[in-house]
Amino acid sequence: MSDSGVGDISLTAESRPAIGRGFRLQWEAAQNAHVLLYPEGMIKLNGSAGEILKRCDGATTIADITQDLERAFAAANLSGDVQRFVIMAVEKKWLQIRS
Amino acid sequence: MAADPLVNSAQGAGTPRPGPPLWLLLELTYRCPLHCAFCYNPTDFARSSTELGTDDWIRVLREARALGAVQLGLSGGEPLARDDLEVIVGEAHQLGFYTNLITSGVGLNEMRLRALKKSGLDHVQLSFQDSTQQMNDFLSSTRTFELKSAVAALIKQYDYPMVLNVVLHRLNIDHVEEILEMALRLGADYVELANTQYYGWAWHNREQLLPSRAQVERAEQTMQRFRERVGRRMQIFFVVPDYFEIRPKPCMKGLGSIFLTITPDGTALPCHAARMLPGLDFPNVCQAGIAQIWYESESFNHFRGDAWMKEPCRSCPEKARDFGGCRCQAYLLTGDAANADPVCDLSPHHHLVTEAVARAERPAGDSPARSLAGALHLGAEQKPLVFRSPRNSSRLIAGHEGS
Repeated sequence: MSDSGVGDISLTAESRPAIGRGFRLQWEAAQNAHVLLYPEGMIKLNGSAGEILKRCDGATTIADITQDLERAFAAANLSGDVQRFVIMAVEKKWLQIRS
Repeated sequence: MAADPLVNSAQGAGTPRPGPPLWLLLELTYRCPLHCAFCYNPTDFARSSTELGTDDWIRVLREARALGAVQLGLSGGEPLARDDLEVIVGEAHQLGFYTNLITSGVGLNEMRLRALKKSGLDHVQLSFQDSTQQMNDFLSSTRTFELKSAVAALIKQYDYPMVLNVVLHRLNIDHVEEILEMALRLGADYVELANTQYYGWAWHNREQLLPSRAQVERAEQTMQRFRERVGRRMQIFFVVPDYFEIRPKPCMKGLGSIFLTITPDGTALPCHAARMLPGLDFPNVCQAGIAQIWYESESFNHFRGDAWMKEPCRSCPEKARDFGGCRCQAYLLTGDAANADPVCDLSPHHHLVTEAVARAERPAGDSPARSLAGALHLGAEQKPLVFRSPRNSSRLIAGHEGS
């Protein structure tokens, strides 16, 4: 994965995304979906967004997250999709990159 | 909420079953150290000083969470006036609520914030009345500005996003620039410039609080320039004053669709102002469970769907977007809660809104926020501002019952 600038954040395959400050990811049985909660609001996530975000624990690299997803869903070449999602999520502050 | 999570599954002959009450607002107490003239609390709050006990609030939390409630607002009055706030927050957090404390900051010292953080409090929203101490103190009728600045610093120290809410109205809207500068100095991450909505005390004081159109436009331009200058460092939300619009707000996304408010005495409401609506007997959580209240009670079902609508809403193609606007505003302005919200220019009562706006075009006179005397004078010109207090509440109740 090549470097992708997000504002002043540089994203690489070794970056370790974590859920952004003020956001909380949880499974909501009543909605049968992962949701992202933030001050006075909620985003209901689709299946793939939920699967990516629940792996963003601040310790796992984007490369490992991608590999894990490819294994779990018997899919290949997910790195582009994961990277695009992470960039979007960082821009929306759903995710933050510590290193 | 950003995504529309409401799921209507068909039930029987096209009767939509509502989704869960995703948003639970607990008004823990009507006690408040401030006396804001624009408060939305009912002016007759002094009728009842009953407050639910800790166990009752916890039962409400459990039952609402079981239905699928996720966002919890802890408000009032001033929720910090309850010394069991930490216990309530702790239980809410354990249950999986996202907990929002909506506070004036009065009573928020380091000991309490540390305990709240430990209990799992997710978010604090701090209200400011204005950027200048003089105006802040005048409008909230107490000396709290310095305290709020200290509280803002404390909130940052405990690693919460710093969210400021400033209610705008005629007497402070000319100071949007100073307000935003102050927010930037305090390190605010988000600023909500919320134009006054006219319910409760704000309704009573509407003539003194409603800004002129020029004031609103200037404020919006100032905000826009500021937004461009600071970029993403501080996000600014501008809640447009609906009196200047021609379409109503989709109030509560329709009564009984996602919002549930519980007042200090346990009355369950589909919005925090709804107690004023006549003919609806709102249930109390001491007499009925949350599921029964939300799904079965006549008062919660009354304004669901569109069978209650009158023309022009009933045949309007936009009714699914704005639900006819606000039932409380329709009632306050027209005397019938089933009428279209008169903010809508299709309403035959729209002139009631435009006339109020026309009256607000009177000259603002001396810039009131820079001169306390000016502000008092502006008030005296019409009638005095009535500040929210138990004494004024009792007086208004007596006056109402005497008439």
